[in-house]
Amino acid sequence: MTAQMRPSMAVCPGCVAAPEGPVEAVPQEARLALSLPQIHCQACISGVERVLNAQPGVQSARVNLTLKRAMIEADPDLKATDLIPVLEANGFEAHELDLAALSDTNSDRQGRELLMRLAVAFFASMNVMLLSISVWSGASDATRDMFHWISAAIAFPAVIFAGQPFFKSAWTALRVGRLNMDVPIVLALVLALVTSLWETMLSGKHAYFDAALTLTFFLLAGRYLDFRTRAVARSAAEELAALEVPRAIRLEAGQEVEVAVSDLRIGDLILVRPGGRMPIDGEVAKGQSELDRSLLTGETLPIFAEAGHQVSAGEVNLTGPLVIRAEAVGEDTSLHRMTDLVAIAESGRSRYTSLADSAAKLYAPGVHILSALAFLGWYLYTFDIRMALNIAAAVLIITCPCALGLAVPAVTTAASGRLFKRGMLIKHATALERLAEVDTVVFDKTGTLTTGTPQLENLEDFTRRDLEIAFALAEGSAHPLSKALCAAAREAGLQPAEVTDLREHPGFGTEGRYKGRTVRLGRASWLGAKQGSQTAAWLETGTGEAQAFYFADNLRPGAAEAVAALHDAGKEVLLISGDAMGAVEELAARLEIRKWVAEALPEDKSQRIARLAEEGRKVLMVGDGLNDTAALASAHVSISPASALDAARVASDIVLLGQDLSPIAEACTVAQKAIKRIRENFRIATLYNVIAVPLAIAGLATPLIAALAMSTSSITVSLNALRLR
Amino acid sequence: MSVLAYLIPISLLLGGAALAGFVYTLRSNQYEDPEGDSRRILSDDWDDRPKP
Repeated sequence: MTAQMRPSMAVCPGCVAAPEGPVEAVPQEARLALSLPQIHCQACISGVERVLNAQPGVQSARVNLTLKRAMIEADPDLKATDLIPVLEANGFEAHELDLAALSDTNSDRQGRELLMRLAVAFFASMNVMLLSISVWSGASDATRDMFHWISAAIAFPAVIFAGQPFFKSAWTALRVGRLNMDVPIVLALVLALVTSLWETMLSGKHAYFDAALTLTFFLLAGRYLDFRTRAVARSAAEELAALEVPRAIRLEAGQEVEVAVSDLRIGDLILVRPGGRMPIDGEVAKGQSELDRSLLTGETLPIFAEAGHQVSAGEVNLTGPLVIRAEAVGEDTSLHRMTDLVAIAESGRSRYTSLADSAAKLYAPGVHILSALAFLGWYLYTFDIRMALNIAAAVLIITCPCALGLAVPAVTTAASGRLFKRGMLIKHATALERLAEVDTVVFDKTGTLTTGTPQLENLEDFTRRDLEIAFALAEGSAHPLSKALCAAAREAGLQPAEVTDLREHPGFGTEGRYKGRTVRLGRASWLGAKQGSQTAAWLETGTGEAQAFYFADNLRPGAAEAVAALHDAGKEVLLISGDAMGAVEELAARLEIRKWVAEALPEDKSQRIARLAEEGRKVLMVGDGLNDTAALASAHVSISPASALDAARVASDIVLLGQDLSPIAEACTVAQKAIKRIRENFRIATLYNVIAVPLAIAGLATPLIAALAMSTSSITVSLNALRLR
Repeated sequence: MSVLAYLIPISLLLGGAALAGFVYTLRSNQYEDPEGDSRRILSDDWDDRPKP
């Protein structure tokens, strides 16, 4: 859709836009939320709002273009499924969002608080700086004292309000006997304010009110950048989770009732339609079908299921409707039990200390010792406590990690922004740093390197007549293999044969009559053939042995490029899959991956990664399935595609939003560049200190020099970070 | 120098007014949808009469 300007009655262009209704608040208790991925202009906004508000039962609807989302206040009995077709009929793609998974209100409040503090710090620092400039340019005596008193009156409340994040963080660190970056910051702020006040009382020359405020402002800016980056990633990740609305169809006295998965109880009968995912663990009570377990185990071969068969949450029902009796719900399902494995694996990762933390560990004690020594030295030399205190404060302000506080967030914001544009979501704060260290990449097969949709391989082995029969039979089924067969036949320009009495046997295959003979297409055991290691569907035409159609998994776009680029970058690439030997070997050969492991259990995967880590390798794990979650969590850093199970996405540090895998290799180079910039920033900040600290210790640092050093180093560091874009 | 007695309060008041304005915009959710708001002004849906 493009923006269309309707002819307007108003002649003056200013009047066209003028009477826009009052700004309405977003409906606070919105009952429904829709994701609208394709809206992009003002015409879309008014289109969607007009359509939604015209629906009976909708009280108000408001579109948020930034989040590409519509919030709807509606009558309780209106369902999102009633609104989606209406929107789609009008050309707007819409998906339901689970409101429970969108918890952005909390992070919103945090962001707003930070922004408020930033605004207060900015206001105060600008005003105090104006007063300070007149002092530096020569105001003296009573005028200077008055300016200092006004500055104090602004600085004290402003620092107390705006500096709260630092006070809190420093206090939590000090309480457990640790030092972090915020301890020297708080000490510098407090000491600067107190000595300046004292100086002001004695009508002294130097007051550091402006320095304390500029410091607060720059540091808060770093905090806010950091927060924004993470909030963007978090809201996108939440949106992915919210798109999977957990609903199930419960059979109540023969009636189908749609309920939330959290309301299911043990013993409930649940209907799972073909294409649906099992919400719970249980036993098949009725029906026959095939199950796709690839997300749980990595196996691509569908397995047969009938009454009495055990199913686990996360499996996908392929052909026939199944009625499941629930045996484990919610926290007890095998899906959730997997999280225990993840928790164990994650404990290893928390040992990583970020660059900022290790810098703080070196920096914080050094600063304190330096300023204490300056104080002691000057006190012993002159026995003037006022002068010694002043110099100690100057040392603390000059060394204060103002640029250091910006060094990391400015770079990660720039790098994350760049990767976000390429479809990568950096979820974890230190993920970029860890990604830069990677030297070994482990891929999962099904769903990661391959899309999980099959592709027919041996079309040429069949006669035209057989293919036409198979085409006709395949058209009668929604099974993924049948769909792949139809697609291949259509591409080859074939027409389906005239097969009558077409009947699908869920879980087995389809059957029909062709020229008086029974023809069948289905699984090996149904047709009396022997199942090999490769995914296959068998065709029987009544004129001899059953023949096999072999299928291979489709490669995900960009998979070959990603593997090749990683090889070129000198990284070792491994393939570890839960799938059968033949399928894994074939794929490894196709992608030129020399080391591969097949039929790996989830524990095998994470153990193998742990062993690689013991050898000193930094492993990047790329995987999507439930069987990968433990491996994802135990790897140094991990990536999962957006199509992965929620559990896998939660366990990984980075989520790949698109279909394409090729950004992975680029992400590694961007991460390395980002780390280089961060180190550069640290060096720049240190250089400023090396120049300014001797001046401060010698007692030559005036508030003017402090302000100059602080501002220039912060600005240099930010500009250096922006070069990454 | 007596002009300072007027100028300093005036400059502080002006700055304070700007700060208050910013706090007002923050409180009334005006940063929720920056992209949408910049485009809504182009819409002529309610040009002839106010939104009911």
